[in-house]
Amino acid sequence: MGVWQSYRLRIRRRARLVRAIRKRRELRSIVDRTHQIKPNDLLVFSTQRNEQIRLPYFLEYYRDKGVNHFLMVDNDSTDGAMEYLAEQPDVSLWHTRHSYKKSRFGVDWLNWLQLRYGHEHWCLVVDPDEFFIYPFCDTRPITALTDWLDASSIKSFSAMLLDMYPRGPITEQPYRAGQDPLDIACWFDAGNYSMSKNPDYGNLWIQGGPRSRVFFPENPELAPALNKVPLVKWNRRYAYVSSTHMLLPRGLNQVYDEWGGEKASGLLLHTKFLDTFTAKAEEELERKQHYAASVEYLAYAKRLRDNPELWCKWSEKYINWRQLEILGLMSKGNWA
Amino acid sequence: MSVGILMLVHTAFDRAEQVARHWTKYGCPVVIHVDAGVKPRIYKRFVKALGDEPDVRFCKRHRCEWGNWGLVAAAQSAAELMLTEFPKVRHVYLSSGSCLPLRPVQELKDYLAARPRTDFIESATTADVPWTVGGLDHERFTLHFPFSWRKQRYLFDKWVDIQRFLRIKRKIPYGIVPHMGSQWWCLTRQTLSAILEDPERNTFDTYFKRVWIPDESYFQTLARLYSTNIESRSLTLSKFDFQGKPHIFYDDHLQLLRRSDCFVARKIWPRANRLYEGFLRDPEGAIKMSEPSPSKIDRIFAKAVERRTKGRTGLYMQSRFPNEGWENGMTFGRYSVFHGFAELFEDFESWLGRTTGAQVHGHVFAPERAEFADGQKVINGALSDSPKLRDYNSIAFLTNLIWNTRGERQCFQVGPRDIGTPIWFIAKDPNAQISMISGAWAIPLFKSNRNFADIRKEAARLQKLENEQLWALRSPYAKARVRIWTMAEFIEAPMEPLQAIIDEIGPGAPRRLAEAPRMTDLAGFGQFLQNLKNQGMHPYLMGDFPVDPPEAEPKKPPRKPYLVQ
Repeated sequence: MGVWQSYRLRIRRRARLVRAIRKRRELRSIVDRTHQIKPNDLLVFSTQRNEQIRLPYFLEYYRDKGVNHFLMVDNDSTDGAMEYLAEQPDVSLWHTRHSYKKSRFGVDWLNWLQLRYGHEHWCLVVDPDEFFIYPFCDTRPITALTDWLDASSIKSFSAMLLDMYPRGPITEQPYRAGQDPLDIACWFDAGNYSMSKNPDYGNLWIQGGPRSRVFFPENPELAPALNKVPLVKWNRRYAYVSSTHMLLPRGLNQVYDEWGGEKASGLLLHTKFLDTFTAKAEEELERKQHYAASVEYLAYAKRLRDNPELWCKWSEKYINWRQLEILGLMSKGNWA
Repeated sequence: MSVGILMLVHTAFDRAEQVARHWTKYGCPVVIHVDAGVKPRIYKRFVKALGDEPDVRFCKRHRCEWGNWGLVAAAQSAAELMLTEFPKVRHVYLSSGSCLPLRPVQELKDYLAARPRTDFIESATTADVPWTVGGLDHERFTLHFPFSWRKQRYLFDKWVDIQRFLRIKRKIPYGIVPHMGSQWWCLTRQTLSAILEDPERNTFDTYFKRVWIPDESYFQTLARLYSTNIESRSLTLSKFDFQGKPHIFYDDHLQLLRRSDCFVARKIWPRANRLYEGFLRDPEGAIKMSEPSPSKIDRIFAKAVERRTKGRTGLYMQSRFPNEGWENGMTFGRYSVFHGFAELFEDFESWLGRTTGAQVHGHVFAPERAEFADGQKVINGALSDSPKLRDYNSIAFLTNLIWNTRGERQCFQVGPRDIGTPIWFIAKDPNAQISMISGAWAIPLFKSNRNFADIRKEAARLQKLENEQLWALRSPYAKARVRIWTMAEFIEAPMEPLQAIIDEIGPGAPRRLAEAPRMTDLAGFGQFLQNLKNQGMHPYLMGDFPVDPPEAEPKKPPRKPYLVQ
């Protein structure tokens, strides 16, 4: 990488930070419990809108995995999610009515919160429908992982998005609050992911899975990106660029090994495809607040009218992280 | 009071306290060294917490940084204090705050009492072991290391380069031979006091202060001078990964550690509650006199290191994306590619499947769709037959196909029509076995019911495309097993090559072919080629085809499949 390129990326990173600082004005603090945050605490950052039904299990899952504090942005929920979050003892909550799209799909808001509260902490950025899976997650908390990463001088941890779906039409099994979404959406695609390197940022660009297979077989280039780096030992100089797909400085995107070995990695089980999805897709289509003119939601809405089945004969049923490791979707690396 | 414990502590003081109490409870005095970098407030609290233990002492504090002298100085101070304060101690055991005794203390005492003159210290000459990380093995004794590896990495590396360039060499003090080994040792009073009270100690200390990672070599080297009986192994179970960092033990290693029969393990994650609870309790059951056997743990950690450095062959994923040439196997396993066979033989795919038991696909790179075996629309791993998805990244499609069907041999057809074929990738892949009958693309044209002008155009196009594919297969970069016949060559004696191909596919195949595939009727094919020539389009890839087949007798009934006995 030449001097010019690295200068350009530095400017870009600074611009992101300036933008994040500017965008802080859009956030109104509802409950601020950040004084509870102790050094070395593991923090979750998340933006949500009308996800009330998912929140109880979301919080429970991450509390159980050793998360100490949640910093959440509520983007004008109307279903009581804000009130629910405000009551939680380990949640600090901000509210905004501003455009999700104009804040680069929430990235600017979260960049600000991370800059302000995440410095020198391990930060996990996830949506309420994403469940972080990592090697040994059934026996070790996330802090075991972050301690190991610290000891190995690793600053960022990769977790590809793995789309989970139910068998049969997605409206068939209703989801109840507090339920483990993986009880319903427990199937996934094991081996149809394609990846290429992004020369600018040095990250891998991964596409595939059921969304590619069912919604984008005719224009695969539009299929959503699945590469994510959600767990980072944050520094106030860092910035996410596009969702959690990539960061600056670009060294943080080097979460893959190029010399034949495997680095440790995890997965984000993405439980978007529940019965709640159809309504959500239509709403999002009206709001037009999503990536690339909501092309994703357009495609969904088109296909969803005929209630498609994502499940196929070769879908795999989720068992545990070891299964995902054997299938080659994630890796223990040298963590044993 | 036969064993004294030295404990080097810098974090997780509650755990260190817990372990120290465990040692003293069973009659082992403990001398604790606390890193000088620890804040006075925390240090005081720690000392106070252990104030009620009469057999715990705190020694002079040094600043310890990995790779530097501080760790040796700490061990020296602690050892001196141990030897003077507890005259009954016979063996001194060096451990850290994140060490955990795995067996009842009494077992360790009995074990050492049975070997009163033995020093347990891993100690090997640098020439004989490949342990070192980063290439500094003998040089760590002959170069100067004034810079910190952690904080001044650039200066550290540069200074090594400069010294190498200037051929600067330190003199090793007379009488010692550098040895290295695990820094966790257990020495007898005799050996340890001889090292600490050596009249030459100042010389040695001065020398080792500028050696790289002296805690792995100071005691290891000097013990060789005085010990009468060195057992070159460490009683502490401590595994290192490929970067020289210790592996960490967690709750889920409980059974593994139990079965290892090691005395002490390092290092334990401070929040591994089950490990601390499980091992720091009153011993139960009979006392064992078994030898430590860490082989099972060795295997697990060796595997982890291999996964990190070599990875799984043929896997491309979020955290393994090797550069070209570093794949360590471009695909998971062997597969066969057939070019022109499905055109020449009418039932080639079903015949091949029957004979070899492999999974036989059609043209998986066909422009219309990926023709998976049995006409499936989706195959293992939910790989879709959509041509656009496939062509979006055809190499990923192929590597996925081979990875998803691990354990089952894959065969597929390729032809000049399949423009999306990643032919260069296949040609370079040593796992590919490519069999090609050049010119066979003309057969479907010959059988087709199309206008001759169209046929001529299509023939020209296919010949050009096939020529490009041949170019890849014949290039010096091709690492695949490639066999190429012209069509004329092949139909003269088809059984021999078929047999060779089947043999190569593997042990599942019969030794001799019982059944041959049915060759399509080629009567008039020579004339067809001549017609193309007459139109100015010279088909040359099929070899020399006579206009009239030599056996000119009329073959009204098409040839029956024949059997080779």
